[in-house]
Amino acid sequence: MNFISNFIQSSRIKSPWVMHFDCGSCNGCDIETLAVLTPVYDVERFGIINIGNPKHADVLLVTGTVNHRNKKVLKNLYDQMPKPRAVIAIGACGLTGGVMREAPNVVGGVDKVIPVDVYVPGCPAKPEAIIDGVVKALELFAAKS
Amino acid sequence: MTSAQVFLALIAGLFLAPLAVGVLTGVDRRVTARLQSRIGPPILQPFYDIAKLMGKEPMLANHWLAFCSMLYLAGAVTSVVLFFLQADLLLIFFVQAVGSVFLVIGAMTVPSPYSQIGAHRELLQIIAYEPLLILVIVGIFLATGSFKIEAVYAMEQPLLFKLPLLFLVLGIALTIKLRKSPFDISASHHAHQEIVRGVYTEYSGPYLAIVEIAHWFEIVLILCLLSLFWSTSIVGLVLLLGITYFVEILVDNTTSRMTWRWMLGTAWITGITFSLINLLWLYYG
Repeated sequence: MNFISNFIQSSRIKSPWVMHFDCGSCNGCDIETLAVLTPVYDVERFGIINIGNPKHADVLLVTGTVNHRNKKVLKNLYDQMPKPRAVIAIGACGLTGGVMREAPNVVGGVDKVIPVDVYVPGCPAKPEAIIDGVVKALELFAAKS
Repeated sequence: MTSAQVFLALIAGLFLAPLAVGVLTGVDRRVTARLQSRIGPPILQPFYDIAKLMGKEPMLANHWLAFCSMLYLAGAVTSVVLFFLQADLLLIFFVQAVGSVFLVIGAMTVPSPYSQIGAHRELLQIIAYEPLLILVIVGIFLATGSFKIEAVYAMEQPLLFKLPLLFLVLGIALTIKLRKSPFDISASHHAHQEIVRGVYTEYSGPYLAIVEIAHWFEIVLILCLLSLFWSTSIVGLVLLLGITYFVEILVDNTTSRMTWRWMLGTAWITGITFSLINLLWLYYG
């Protein structure tokens, strides 16, 4: 049984399925996130797949500021993800609210609503930084379970 | 068959064949990535995916999903085991049909619109390929005089020479079953998302892994049916399967996803026309 649980443990790091949620971003970070899937960066090398379904996802990538309307959606998506799971906040807006942080309708960063494991700064975040963030999240992922 | 042969057939059908298909799926993803000028995941990636899904928390909308995923697996495994025991082709056909219907029933038990639309599309796919499979089996009956698989193995010439058009028809069914373009409308294996993974939407964690393993068994069955067309030598059989699968990957990467209307029209019109020509030729020739 030890062999099987070891295999499952190591497979977790080798097969992270990523879900991307745009929480009201200007689409700058979204474009950089999707660029990671193109032949230039090709993250499928590491078994990373962009999946559109929270029930299949292991890692949640969130871009953009959280506001009072979409915080419920964000929480709902997070709750639908089976454990173990990791959350990565991307870009200045996802981290703190960015330039919109003082607006009356803005809640702030993603961590105001759900627990965030890794913060990827940048405006927009570079694809290399996003890959770096996912790798960091995977290390936490392995430690978590 | 002696009991030793039965034992060997069970081992091959239950363990070796699905493992081989798992590796084949990995090679498929790698070749697809190369065709898109990417590097692609490791060959063993499908096994990592399954293992990871097995280790996730079970989280289901209702208990029917668990029940249906198990029955889907049971149907697929039974049909493959029956094939390896050289049972009746018609029986194998109906057992696999029962299995694939349970996948749809599971998806239908949840009111999510993604799941519902996916289930409908899966049903339309089943409607599209089942008549073709039956016609292929009828062709095998006309060529060998029996529905038993033993009769095919008793042939001296490969079936492909007698049923070339039916082989193409089986190719259409294989494309639908492998969930490849242009027929990847109810579920897909690539990084596509949203509605095109519809029928899988509500299966998650270990149950998605079960559905995936059941799908491997279904691929085993279709590849076994293909292998009947060159049953006289191992080399010919492996070549035939290899070439067919490579053509499938090429078709997947050069066509786009079509609508279900187009799928039904194409699968039925070309499939049934080809089958009729082949069957008439066999009957009167």
